[in-house]
Amino acid sequence: MLEVSGISQVFGGVTALDRVSFGITKGDITGVIGPNGAGKTTLFNIITGIYTQTAGKVRLAGTDVSGLPPERLARLGLVRTFQNIELFSGMTVHENVMVGMHTKSTSGLLACALKMPWCIAEERRIRENSMKWLEFTGISDLAEVTAGNLPFGKGRMLEIARALAVEPQIILMDEPAAGLNNQETLGLSQLIQRIRETGITVVLVEHDMELVMDICDRIVVLNLGKKLAEGTPSEIQDNHEVIAAYLGEDE
Amino acid sequence: MKKELLKFAAFALLVMLMPLAFKGGYLMNVLVFVGINTMLSIALNLLLGYAGQISLGHAGFFGLGAYLSGILTASYGWNAWLAMPLAAVTVGILAYLIGFPILKLKGHYLAMATLGLGIIIYIVFNETVDLTGGPSGLSGIPNLAIGGLRFDSDVKNYYLVWGFTLATVLFALNLANSRVGRALRAVHDSEVAARVVGVNSRLLKVQIFAVSAIFSSLAGSLYAHTMTFISPASFGFNFSVELLTMVVIGGLGSIYGSFLGAALLTLLPEFLRAAHDYDIIIYGALLMVMVMFMPGGLVRGVPELYRKLIKLKGGADHA
Repeated sequence: MLEVSGISQVFGGVTALDRVSFGITKGDITGVIGPNGAGKTTLFNIITGIYTQTAGKVRLAGTDVSGLPPERLARLGLVRTFQNIELFSGMTVHENVMVGMHTKSTSGLLACALKMPWCIAEERRIRENSMKWLEFTGISDLAEVTAGNLPFGKGRMLEIARALAVEPQIILMDEPAAGLNNQETLGLSQLIQRIRETGITVVLVEHDMELVMDICDRIVVLNLGKKLAEGTPSEIQDNHEVIAAYLGEDE
Repeated sequence: MKKELLKFAAFALLVMLMPLAFKGGYLMNVLVFVGINTMLSIALNLLLGYAGQISLGHAGFFGLGAYLSGILTASYGWNAWLAMPLAAVTVGILAYLIGFPILKLKGHYLAMATLGLGIIIYIVFNETVDLTGGPSGLSGIPNLAIGGLRFDSDVKNYYLVWGFTLATVLFALNLANSRVGRALRAVHDSEVAARVVGVNSRLLKVQIFAVSAIFSSLAGSLYAHTMTFISPASFGFNFSVELLTMVVIGGLGSIYGSFLGAALLTLLPEFLRAAHDYDIIIYGALLMVMVMFMPGGLVRGVPELYRKLIKLKGGADHA
């Protein structure tokens, strides 16, 4: 589904990522973990087109998508969420998700301004379909609330709902459990599994080990910009190098 | 949606009945300008209030519309109804081409670049004397006419200009409540998030910049054909700032707010005749007060003030 090969990123002489390669299988939940500064977020930003890598390639379903901007990737079925949720804070919850359907609608500027009949029909479809994603993430009762006024946990759900409205093949989540309480994290873990059941491939960068070990099919471990290990949760738990990287080297 | 339509119908009715109240007095002439300035404020608001991109050069697009229309009709004998759309299309294409490099800039840099653009246009009006008449202006611009009906009085011009203004209001309202309008607001709130869900923010910004320029140009053409005389002084930096003030005072991201801002800033000088030399100080003070106490503009600030007063009164009654 998604394949990164030999990704390197150098920021002004500092190597943030050094020839990282791995593949993600369609339909899996894959976790990317690693200590602080391992390069997880940098890797995410490269895959999702926010940064352009110094070297290496990203392939999405077989096609080379290296260096494509995020809006192109969205049309190819790749979306992401952010660690510090990025909402359209001045718009309502419902409108946020409606923006998520941008690639699934076509009316142009002029047609919209002249309110052509097909635009009215499309607008109705956007309004109805977007509601579906609010229900899926369990925040439909907040539809008319201004996004900026949402509590953090709900904002996280909204960001995921908006990403799902793109109807992606693959969704990348940057620390989705950060800032959530235990109950919210539990809800998130169930939501992620429900997302996978709809056939969407999930990749997460996460610090919450319990969550990662619980729901991930495969785990990729980064340390100091390099891939340290890759495998199933139980393989990773038994990997000495990983334990050493997290707990510090034993003499 | 129904409510939106009713609101617009009420607004249109108010506009249509206005001349009856003034019976064609001097104020009619001022109300023509309110119409033109409303068009301009809405144009700028689409860019600034919706897409969140500043322009300090909109007086330039306004002037280009006026001069293109004026020169084509007064110097080359074109029909005004042909000159107007041609001017608008030309200005739109120009804005589109300039938009790509300029809208890559953000914040202060974009402000500086558009400021520069406005100044360049202003200088061109002044220096190309053969075409524009230079600082002494261009006169003899014909009025618009439909068949035998010439728009040569304040009342006729009022209906002409406000016809265009109402069309602009409707255009902007429709746009604002559509997928494109939402995408614009999304780019304003978080450009990166908008891009991640598939909004081509770069193209969208350029498109709205061009649309904004087209409406400014149309307003300029109307200005030229109602005034019949234009000079560069009307299209300078000061006017760009005045437009910005209208949009901010009325309310960013509100179409009716743009009307309020335009109306206030056009009518105010009429009532402040005595303080004429101080008008720029008054604008500045107004802008400061608004930004400090009513950052949402009149359109949001006044209802809020009203609610507060009601509450205060309710509290007093209790005591």
